[in-house]
This record gives sequence, C-alpha cells and structure tokens, in this order.
Amino acid sequence: MYLNDPPILKVQNLTMRFGDGCPQCGTHLKKNRCSICGTVWACNNISLEVFPGEILGIVGESGSGKSTLMKSLYFDLEISHGHAFLKDYKNATKNIWEVSSSQKRLIRNNIMGMVYQNPFLGLRMEYSSAANIAEKMIAAGDRRAQHMTQRVTELLDAVEIMTSRMGEAPKNFSGGMQQRVQISKALANNPSLLLLDEVTTGLDLSVQARVLDLIRKIKSEFGISILLVSHDLAVIRMLADRTIVMLDGKIIESGLTDQILEDPQHPYTQQLVHSLI
Amino acid sequence: MNPHYNFAFLDEGSKKEIRRAILKAVAIPGYQVPFGSRELPIGRGWGTGGIQITLSLIGKNDILKVIDQGSDDSVNAVSIKKFIVECTDVQTTTCTEDASLIQTRHRIPEKRLQCHQILIFQVPLPEPLRIVEPREEITKKMHAEMDYAPIWLQLYESLIRYNKITIATEYPCMVENRYIMNPSPIPKFDNDKLNQAPCLYLFGAGREKKIYAIPPYTQVHSLAFDDIPFEKESFKGRKCRLCQSDSSYLDEFFDSQTGEKFYQCSDTAYCKERQSHVPE
Repeated sequence: MYLNDPPILKVQNLTMRFGDGCPQCGTHLKKNRCSICGTVWACNNISLEVFPGEILGIVGESGSGKSTLMKSLYFDLEISHGHAFLKDYKNATKNIWEVSSSQKRLIRNNIMGMVYQNPFLGLRMEYSSAANIAEKMIAAGDRRAQHMTQRVTELLDAVEIMTSRMGEAPKNFSGGMQQRVQISKALANNPSLLLLDEVTTGLDLSVQARVLDLIRKIKSEFGISILLVSHDLAVIRMLADRTIVMLDGKIIESGLTDQILEDPQHPYTQQLVHSLI
Repeated sequence: MNPHYNFAFLDEGSKKEIRRAILKAVAIPGYQVPFGSRELPIGRGWGTGGIQITLSLIGKNDILKVIDQGSDDSVNAVSIKKFIVECTDVQTTTCTEDASLIQTRHRIPEKRLQCHQILIFQVPLPEPLRIVEPREEITKKMHAEMDYAPIWLQLYESLIRYNKITIATEYPCMVENRYIMNPSPIPKFDNDKLNQAPCLYLFGAGREKKIYAIPPYTQVHSLAFDDIPFEKESFKGRKCRLCQSDSSYLDEFFDSQTGEKFYQCSDTAYCKERQSHVPE
C-alpha cells in the first residue's frame, strides 16, 4: 500500500437518494429516511479514497448504504449527486459519473471488476463459465477466440476451478464456485480496481476461508486495489488495510483497520466490535 | 387486374410513406427504419413486410418473381404472386435474370443479381439483438452505441460448447462496419452474396414494422473471430440429383420407400436452367 501515491479512486460527496426529496429533507432525517416526504438517503455525502495496492474495507449493518455505494461506483445505479475520479481514466481529471454511457461501459470493462453478493447479478447462469469470463474481454473488444480461451484457462487455474469444467454453466456450480467464477470474470481484463460486495456472505466457513485466501492471493500477486464491502468484521480484520464504518448512509468512522478494531470511537463501532468479541 | 383495388392494392399515401422509409433505410445501410405496417389480406408473419415493399415499389413495367426457400412453386410463393398480379397485372417470371423485382423468403438466388434488380426479403424477426435483449429501448441504445458484445458472446458460447459456430440461418453480419444486421433466415451459405452486390437488397418485417436495406456495393461481413474464420455450409462430395450442380445450396431429401438420401438444388429456377443445358 502506498498512501503517498495519488489514489486509484477518489469519491467526493456521493449522495444517493431514493425519492423526490423535499426542502426539509436534510434536516428531518430519521435514521436515513426523511420523516416528512419518506425519501431514503441511501448514501449521504460519502467521500473516500482508495490507494494503489490497498484493500479498503467498508463495514456496516444491513441498509447502511454499502451495496448502494458499490453499485453506484459500478454504474448499476444512477447517483443523485457526487464526483468520482479514477487514476486510470483520463488521469483522474473527469468525473466518471458524468461521462457518456459508452464511456461508462469502457470503464466497467477495462478499469473495474465487480463481484456481487448474489452471483445471479454477476453471471449469466445459462452460459458456460468460459463464456461468462470471456464476456469481459469480448466487451472490451477482444475478438481472438483462442486467446480468450487461453486466458479463461489461466483465470480458472488461479481460482482453483478445474479447466475441464469451463464448458459447464455456473448454475450447476456450488455457491463458492460461482463466487470464484465471478472473481475470474472480474479479473479477466486486469482491472486496477476490484469491487467486492459481500463475497463471502451465505458461504459455509470452509468455502469462505478459500475465497478469502483467494482475495489475499489476488492482492499479493496482481497488486490490485480492492474495495471490500462486508458486514462481517472478521473478514475485514483479515483482509482490509484501512476500514470505513457506515451507518444510515453516512461514514461515521474511518482509519487503519487495527485502529478501528482496537480503539473504536463511535458508539455504533464500539457496539459492532464488542459483538465480534 | 381487379378494378376494385387501387394499383398495387395499397393507397398512394401508404406507398409513398413506405417508399420514404425505404429511402431512409438505403441511406443508412443496416439500420432498421420503423414504418406504419399496413393491413393486408394475408396474416402477419406470412410475408406482409416483403409484400408491402413490393407493392410500394412495383410499376406497370416491372417483371416479378417470387420465391419461397428458393422455390418458385411453393404455396406461399404462388399465392403472393397471384395476389400481386391480381392488383397490378404485371408480368411474372421464374427466370432470375429477367426479373426486376424478386420477392424472396429465406434464400438468395444462386445467380448473381445485377444492378437493375431489387431483391426483397420477408423478415420474421429483424432485430439481431432480440435473442440477447428482449427490450426494444435497450436494443436501440445498443445499436446506437455499437454495443454488440452479447452477440459475440453467443458466438463464443457456441465455440465453447460445440467447438464451432452452430448458427445455420440468420447468421448475423456487420454492414459497413457500423450496424449488425439480421440477414433474415437465409442459410449462412448465402451471407457472402450480400457483400458488394450490384443489386439492392430490401428487408421488410410487417409484423415487427421495420424496413432495412443493403444498397449496391455495400460491405457486408459475417461475424467471425480473428482466429476462427467464418465457415459456411459445405456440400463437398454432394451433387444435385437433377442438374449435377456441386456449387449451389442443396436441400436434403429422403426417399420414404427406400430410405435413400439424395440432394437437390434449393433454387428451382437455377436447377431447371442447368438441366436444360446438361446434355442428355
């Protein structure tokens, strides 16, 4: 991790609202919902930075806005307001949320990779695993079938799935294997930023451990920056260099992971850490 | 000609509107132009798109040929021909070279068409992206942004599953390096005939209300990966039992009595002409 280098990703004042809003919205929030008009402020003025080679953990309870943040970054959701800059896209001079949809596609396919909590969102279950992984390369303009198959083989090897199963559809795989196919797909174009949204949720402990080992391996071998969302502090403790704690759509605490876990300042973080122990 | 009908059945306003859509389609090769598809005395899905194009273009001096999967004598071809003749009195032919307008279902004639000829296709599903995206507003956006990755993914999936691309008809092609187009359900054997052809190709989908075109001498390429070339059907070692042709598209038949398999030209006019030249 190189905190002195310019960040790979810089998010400024991300606001994501579900609802029309009202003039009193900002001042009458009950948790993250406006008590007057009912608008939900899923992300409220979020700012963060991800540095080269680091894993930034985002932790928080269900409904705190973690997944909304990830989906906004991957352009799955239209944001209400905010700026985001990527070092690998026009040298961080252009707000990626304001570019055309074809440019957003280019960013998704070349610079970022995403692993969803639900594999059904990230994979085409009826297509073969090979096609699922190659989809990223095809979308980025690769038209060399044999080259793509070779790359698929390498990626399946990396995530420890037998290459003889590349022709099988992920619907026939276990949950852990589906997550690993998703990770292969996300890595297909050597992205500089990987977004991992609750990748271990719903997996049994032994499979969880394999997926976590894999993420560690990816970080050490490929040096990719990772934004890791989890509500499991054990996962964050194991992987994240720095951690952000979210509650009701806001960042309530941030710092080095050890610092957050050893000396939590906010009452919610203290409660979270104590519940882990 | 039946005096109760306007010439070519449709009213002049309708014909004019369809011709305007055709002009736009010719101006933007491969782009699907929406048009107000008219009611006809045949059901939608039975060639109404092609018929509307034919009716809006046909003049008294035109010579008409109608084929259905290469055949001049099938029920669909004969019925359409009868209907058009009844409301236009134009001359008809089975000879490909003599025709100025050819309406076709699912084949391109074997003989290379010339610059004075127009081939009109009946198209069931004009949208090549429909198989991967059911929403029209999204497919329009995908065409606008040239987001054709899902079609390529289909081809790649076929390679992974079967070691070859198994699409036999409606093989997608790229027109002028801009739009991916569905060439209607012609066999991929015919795809090469679309490239740099001297004639005008018009495609009409009556049910889907779309018209698109390939103007003369337009670049049309069947989609293929850089390292796996496009491969069309091969009839190597097979010949037409009637005219002995080994270079045309052949239909496969079984003799129900003997179980014997034999081949015959799909283009009946081409086959008959060859038969008349083959010495007995």
